[in-house]
Parts: sequence; structure tokens; C-alpha cells
Amino acid sequence: MDNIAIKADKLTKRFGDFVAVDAITFDVKQGEIFGFVGANGAGKTTAMRILCGLSVPTSGTATVAGFDVYKQAEEIKKNIGYMSQKFSLYEDLTVMENITFYAGIYGLSDKEIKDRGAELLDRLGITAEAKTFVGSLPLGWKQKLAFSVAVIHRPKIVFLDEPTGGVDPVTRRQFWDLIYEASDRGITAFVTTHYMDEAEYCGRVSVMVDGRIDAFDTPANLKKQFSVNSMNEVFYQLARGAKRKAD
Amino acid sequence: MRTLRFLLQKEFRQILRSKSLLFSIILGPIIQLTLLPLAANFEVKKIAVAVVDHDHSTYSRKLIDKIYASKYFSNGRYRESYKEGAKLVEQNNADIVLEIPHNFEVNMVRDGHEELFIAVNAINGTKAGVGSGYLGAIIADFNQNIRLQWDQPGHFAEAASIDLVNENWYNPFMNYFLYMVPGLMVSLLTGIGAFSASLNIVKEKEIGTIEQINVTPVKKYDFILAKLIPYWVLSMFVFTIGMIISRVAYNIVPVGNISLLYGFLSVYLLTLLGAGLLISTYSDTQQQAVSLAFFFVLVFNMISGVFTPIDSMPGWGQVLSYISPMSHFAAVMRMVVLKGSTFHDILPHFVAIIILAVIFNTWAILNYRKTT
Repeated sequence: MDNIAIKADKLTKRFGDFVAVDAITFDVKQGEIFGFVGANGAGKTTAMRILCGLSVPTSGTATVAGFDVYKQAEEIKKNIGYMSQKFSLYEDLTVMENITFYAGIYGLSDKEIKDRGAELLDRLGITAEAKTFVGSLPLGWKQKLAFSVAVIHRPKIVFLDEPTGGVDPVTRRQFWDLIYEASDRGITAFVTTHYMDEAEYCGRVSVMVDGRIDAFDTPANLKKQFSVNSMNEVFYQLARGAKRKAD
Repeated sequence: MRTLRFLLQKEFRQILRSKSLLFSIILGPIIQLTLLPLAANFEVKKIAVAVVDHDHSTYSRKLIDKIYASKYFSNGRYRESYKEGAKLVEQNNADIVLEIPHNFEVNMVRDGHEELFIAVNAINGTKAGVGSGYLGAIIADFNQNIRLQWDQPGHFAEAASIDLVNENWYNPFMNYFLYMVPGLMVSLLTGIGAFSASLNIVKEKEIGTIEQINVTPVKKYDFILAKLIPYWVLSMFVFTIGMIISRVAYNIVPVGNISLLYGFLSVYLLTLLGAGLLISTYSDTQQQAVSLAFFFVLVFNMISGVFTPIDSMPGWGQVLSYISPMSHFAAVMRMVVLKGSTFHDILPHFVAIIILAVIFNTWAILNYRKTT
């Protein structure tokens, strides 16, 4: 139990007749980088929202950082970080003001905010931009900043919902360096992505099709299992069978 | 508390940085309060009378002079026939046509009786009603003078013996501003409060930042309080500026205790901002929120008693007026500013507004969900 960060058992979410998440079962180890892959509309975001305490499941069980998603959603929220595909920093606040705000609402002390804020700016090499409005930063910088802010309170798990959408390959590489660093510090990363090269960076990958998890293993094992050379081909083989239309 | 501090810091930073928002909630009301009372005036002046005088006698001249001597009537035009006079009305160059018949003076002296003809353009109902009323009063007065001149000693005077003397309480000189400026202030504060509060949460929904807040341990009530408090403070500030403007520009000094007004306003704003937040929780886009807020603000204004008396509304209108927060504030404003009412006098309004505040805010907090 100690080294399991997330555990889901037959987790299901229905919206009326529509089964968005269909009895998925998986576990994520502490410190692991876990790839959550699937076509648009496969149910990734819904599953992630349940794990973050934003959505209540219809049936099944799940624990996040040891807390129950039904009863302890507020406890979960103290122990996770979250970065959504929709940009989540305030564009009319400066870089440092955003850092202060998010660090503050997670309960960091003034000294911690100051120290970790400086460290963060230094790591991203944007100390000179501390007083720049976030709205005027380039997209790649914004994404890296958003990630760093999402882990400023040193959560046990960070959920990343398509974090690199629209970002150039160089910045994507740098972004993944940040994820690795966080993972080295023991933070579990739960990442959804459309980029199969990114799936290769993950410790283990689950592929969702029509609300189900159709494959779940390390990238190397998945490629072996489907007798192909890349995650791209693994994904094609699985997604081809999908009945649901992408949204 | 610490969470609330960071939330408030963020809200104030965002508000103080938004030029358009600051304009609409601070500069806008100042301009409106300085200019609008001059324009939104129920006093009827400059009534244009077209005179068709067929008599050209001393009497007819006296009557016309008397009319134009009044400050309510602007210098009219003389026309030779009623038809020409009516044409002026059609062209919107006259509001009333007064026709003085041929032999007006002769008949008055000989028969002691004559008829005048007044035609009123009733498209603008208020102006028509008030205008013909004034004109009637002037003619009656003229009539009275004639009688006094012709009554002989011993002759029984038929002149009216009842004389009405009006006294206007609380506003002895019928100072229009004294009545209207406090009302307009109520209207402006209501508009600001309802719109700014209803837009606020929706804005975070629209740009997606509310998702991020919802995955943090921030409590619902902290989040809502942080949305309420800045507008509460700003509205108090705007009210203070409004009181200064009405003192300086319109010489309005409240008869009652100003702290009563502040006390009432502080609760009124909670009600109003609660209603705004409620709208916010039901809307997904700023457009929806504005449409809803606009609808309610318009209804609040119409039934508030600021522009029309509540007593003359139909029963359902009075009920609506009672459950609309704005009418309570409008009543209290006028009671305290004009009559010098005390806390005891305004207590029923206080109770009503507190109940409304509790309802709206509880509803808003319940309806703002962090989970689906």
C-alpha cells in the first residue's frame, strides 16, 4: 500500500446511458511516470477528473494518495497537483503573483513561498520575468511555468492533462525534463497525451479505447506484445477498433 | 483565514488592473450622478403653446400675457386659425393649442360667460397632463380676477370660496433633486453590484481557471467570500463618493443619521452581491450572466419605487416590490435622507433585507459546486 499512489478498481462513470469510463482497473506506483493514452473521447479526461475529486464515480472504487475518491475528495486535493489542457494561470497577474497565489492557497508559509518561488524562477531561467504578466509570455514558457506551479506545494501526485498541446518539440523535450525531475523527487506523474513519442518516455502506459483500458504495461512490453517497433503502431492497432466517434 | 488572504489579494489585483471594470464601477457612476439628475427630470417646463386669438381684445391679450409670464410655458407662436395651430402640433413645434373665440371680451362682459378651446398633444402623457393642468389653473385664476373686478357690492359673488393651501412635507420647496438623487444612487449601486458580481465567477469558468481552483483545497465559502468582499468594499466607496457629489452638487444633506445609511447599505450589498453570485453559478458564459443580470436589474428598477410610487402598483406588483431588495434600499434612502427616519422606523426594511441576504447567499453557496 505504501508505494501505491493511485489504485482504481472497476471504476465507472455513466452520464445517463453513456458509459464514459467503463470499469477500469489499474494502479500507479509512487514516483512512477504513468502515461494515460487514448483517442479523443476515449474517457481519459473523465477518469482523470474522478481521480482529482472533480467528479464523483458511478461505481467501482479508487484511492488517490491513500484517500477514497468518494469520501475524502478534499483530502485528495491537498495531496495532488493538477495542470489542465486549458491554461490555468491568471494572465492578468505577473509570474510571481501567480506563484504566490497558488503557493498561498496550498498553505505554504511566506518564507516557503519566497524560497520556492525564487528556486522555481531560477530553474526555469525566468528570474528576470518575475514581474511580467503571464499573458505576455510565450506558450512554451507558460506551460513550463504552469507545471512548476502545479508542483510548488510538493504534492504526492501531479495530474497532467495533455500538458504539451500546441508546444514545439524542443519545449516539449524541456517539459519532459521537468517531469523527470519531479519524478526523481518522488512525485508521481499521471500524464495524458496524444503524442506517442511522449508515451515512450513513460514508465508504464495504459491505452484507453471506448472507456475501457485495452492495454496496460511498459512501452517495451506493449511493443513486444503487439509485435511492432513503436508506440505509435501500438496505438493504431488498438484505436482502430474503437466504435466511439472522437469529439 | 490565510487562504482567504491570498484569494482576496488576487481579486483586488485583478480588479484594480482592469481599466474597463474600474471605469464602469467607479468613474461611470460619478459621471451618471453628476449628469443624470439634470436630465432625468419629471418637472415639466418649456411647454409650447400655440395661440389662435380671434378676438384681439384687451382681455385676450391679458390672458395671453398671463400665460407667457409663467415659467412653465415657453414663448409660443401666434397663428391665425386653429388649423394652422394644429399644424404646429403635428410638426412637434407646439404641445398645446389655445383658441380664443371671436367676441371673447364682449361675451365675457355681457354674459359673464365664455368658452375657451384647448387642444393638447397627448403623445407625451406627462407633459400633456401637467401642461393642461397648469394652463387650466392660469385660466381659472384669470377668471377669478375678472369676477372680482365686475362684482358689485351687494351682488352675490359666485367665486369659489374654498381655497386650497398646499404644504409639501419633507420637501417643502418640492426640490426635485432631493427626491431623485438618492433614488438614482440606489439605482446605480444596484446596477454595479449585480453586474460585477454576476460576471466574476463566470469569467473564471470561461477562461478555465475555476477548474484549477476546484482541484485545490480552497473551501467554497472562502472562494465566494473572496469574490464578494472586493465589490462590497468598492460599492461602499462609490456610495461615499455619491454622498459627496449630492452634497456638493445638489446641496443634499441627509436629515437622518448617515451611519444608518451605511449600516443598511452594508447588508443590502450582501443581498445584491449574493444575487449576482447566484446568477454567476447558473451561467456558463459571461454573455448568459449579463443577460440574466440585465433582466433582474431592469425589473428591480421598475418596481423599486424610485421612478414610480409603489402604492399605485397593482397587488402583484407590490408583492414583487416587497421581495425585490432594491425597493427596500430605495425606501430607506428616502426615509433617512428626506425624513430623518430612525433605526426604529427602518427596522421592517432591515429585517426584510437580512432575510433576502441569507436566502441569496445560502443558495449561491449551495449551487456553487466543486464536483460534478
